[in-house]
Amino acid sequence: MGTGLHLAVALEGTGWHPVTPPDDARFTPGYWVDLVREAERGLLDFVTFEDDLGPVGRLDSVLVASRVAPLTSHIGLIPTAVSSFTEPFHLSKAIATLDYLSTGRAGVRVRGSWSNEHARHFGRRTFPETPDGVLPDAAVQDDLVDETADYVEVLRRLWDSWEDDAEIRDVATGRFIDRDKLHYIDFAGNWFSVKGPSITPRPPQGQPPVAVLSHASRIHGLARRSADLVFTTPHSVDDVRSIGAEVQGLHHFADVVVFLGADGKARVEAFEGLWSDALVFGGTAAELADFLLEWHEAGVSGFRLRPAALPDDLVAVTSELVPELQRRGVFRTAYEASTLRGHLGLPRPANRYAA
Amino acid sequence: MKQIHLAAHFPGVNNTTVWSDPRAGSHIEFSSFVHFAQTAERAKFDFFFLAEGLRLREQNGLIYDLDVVGRPDTFTVLAGLAAVTSHLGLAGTINSTFNEPFEVARQFTSLDHLSEGRAAWNVVTSWDAFTGENFRRGGYLPESQRYERAKRFLDAATALFDSWREGGAFSYRDEFFDIAGKFDLPRSPQGRPVILQAGDSDEGREFAAAKADAIFSRHATLAEGQAFYRDVKGRLAKYGRTPDQLVVLPAATFVLGDSDSEAQELAHEVRRQQVSGQTAIKFLEQLWNRDLSSYDPDGPLPEIDPVVGENTIARGRASVRQYRDPLGKAREWRELAAAKKLSIRELVIETTARQTFIGSASTVATQINELVQADASDGFILVPHVTPGGFDAFADAVVPLLQEGGVFRSEYVGSSLRDHLGVGQG
Repeated sequence: MGTGLHLAVALEGTGWHPVTPPDDARFTPGYWVDLVREAERGLLDFVTFEDDLGPVGRLDSVLVASRVAPLTSHIGLIPTAVSSFTEPFHLSKAIATLDYLSTGRAGVRVRGSWSNEHARHFGRRTFPETPDGVLPDAAVQDDLVDETADYVEVLRRLWDSWEDDAEIRDVATGRFIDRDKLHYIDFAGNWFSVKGPSITPRPPQGQPPVAVLSHASRIHGLARRSADLVFTTPHSVDDVRSIGAEVQGLHHFADVVVFLGADGKARVEAFEGLWSDALVFGGTAAELADFLLEWHEAGVSGFRLRPAALPDDLVAVTSELVPELQRRGVFRTAYEASTLRGHLGLPRPANRYAA
Repeated sequence: MKQIHLAAHFPGVNNTTVWSDPRAGSHIEFSSFVHFAQTAERAKFDFFFLAEGLRLREQNGLIYDLDVVGRPDTFTVLAGLAAVTSHLGLAGTINSTFNEPFEVARQFTSLDHLSEGRAAWNVVTSWDAFTGENFRRGGYLPESQRYERAKRFLDAATALFDSWREGGAFSYRDEFFDIAGKFDLPRSPQGRPVILQAGDSDEGREFAAAKADAIFSRHATLAEGQAFYRDVKGRLAKYGRTPDQLVVLPAATFVLGDSDSEAQELAHEVRRQQVSGQTAIKFLEQLWNRDLSSYDPDGPLPEIDPVVGENTIARGRASVRQYRDPLGKAREWRELAAAKKLSIRELVIETTARQTFIGSASTVATQINELVQADASDGFILVPHVTPGGFDAFADAVVPLLQEGGVFRSEYVGSSLRDHLGVGQG
């Protein structure tokens, strides 16, 4: 890519500050369109849309990304999907379709869940009960990692289950497709089996990038097995280096909660005592640029900034941080590609089934 | 005068859709959906409609390759179309067998928010193990239970749609579902999405009378339409509903010409495009339930009889279930072919649905209006045979005549699909 670091923003409700007042605007389409257009004005690589299966009120993130896609032109769109209760067949065609809607800008973040609160919403399975904040035992966690890896494997096989030139529209022989270029995926695992092929042809990017948010070695391993992008939560340069060693070969984005502006530090102080998995930064755009470059040199390929308040901290990213990084010559001054893989410097992959 | 309701069905993966037409565009690229939906909105249609099938069709053990193959994801396309339309209803087919109520309710509530009140759900059922091979739960549902599960699925989803009354708390339990917790969304603009239903069996009609806001049918002629209309409207009272709460929309196709005779000629040509010799043989195999590839489509019908029993030749195709008496139907077709001296291809062209409306714009507008005023329907769900421009002429020529006649809206009055259909709050 040549222009240095990659920059993304994580969109969540009215922002990442846990006591941000709830606002019903986040259930209207205009709210999301405005946010993503703002991020696109800042030439960001992509936005992510947080999602879960309750209890926090959110619109389905795949649908939000789809609603925004036709009204934007360059920025990558990465919704979040919970794998534990949903069908990989449905998600695969949904992300493929988002890739068609956005002409090559779709990705997906996949997350497992062992939440019994989620499980009760579906009524099909349960997980061992643990006290709040305590992880289930290692075997349960390992199973969930394996299941999530299977899930992503099915997404990927289904995306490849049509070769790019399968649709032939051959009037002479009456054939719409060359069925030799469609493939059963015949996936059989411990948790589900999927025959294929997809009902949706191979998406424009071939394989939309898959992302995983990881806080621990076990999930770093999942990211290595299954993902193209990993979002991590280092709190120091040492963390950046040690995590970086575990996720080598992946696009590594560090998550940072950002309170930007002259009052940023003061706003962080008001936040102290509230838990955050990711490092919390408060300060000016110039201070944030210094900080990001230090971590960039330590090995992350980019950052997924979590604006504390929306839209204010997003606008500060696009109108203050981005120009600062551009002045320092480490961020693009115009989009150089029109697909998410293009922004990330990932080539369009060959199809695993193509002869 | 009754007001007509019109819906625009995006051409599907069957031989109604003529992909060989030089004007035919992509069935996957979003630009096709935008063109199609914006044409329907320009024509003030009630809603856009997407069908769905969750496994590619097969015949003789091979993926069927003569028709359009491949579709996008329903919810994703509808959410995208919400961005490029402002009034048009957005209806999607979502299977109640290979989904779970929490997820589907969340998706429809999200779609209704994101479209500001334009979401509709065509509730379909499926039980076959063939489709089930693509899903976690496989093919587990006995055919006899499919409507029961669909009803319970819709009840569970309705408990979720209505949970805003209790601050999102919900609990639903029956023999198919046992769910509880918190639904994480505020009431959507329509409260509940518009519910559509397409079953023609007694069970399907009853399901629609109890639960649906609109029903599709195959009965688009005067006598059949009136009989169906009377039947389903007559079922509403026992559910405490009035006749205007269920909109009857037969499926219909059309061919327009500058004159009626030109349209007739075009219609004949389209029928030949829809039923090639190969397609005719495949169609016959679906009834005969056996390989007929050695037969000449321009020759006579097979002397051998259909294989009775489970249809194994064609899979993933709901229409084969209509052949309840294959031996009798084959006999009927042989007699028809003998009487009219028809080849296999001509027989298939003759027996499979010809276009519903054929004529000049004026003739078609008159036919549509007469059927609606005679209570053969409340309107139609129209499917053109060319993607994506198949509605252009209809929008430009037929709709203005209906508007001039005062039987179709010239502007949208309300903003929600419930407003367009006049079916009241969900």
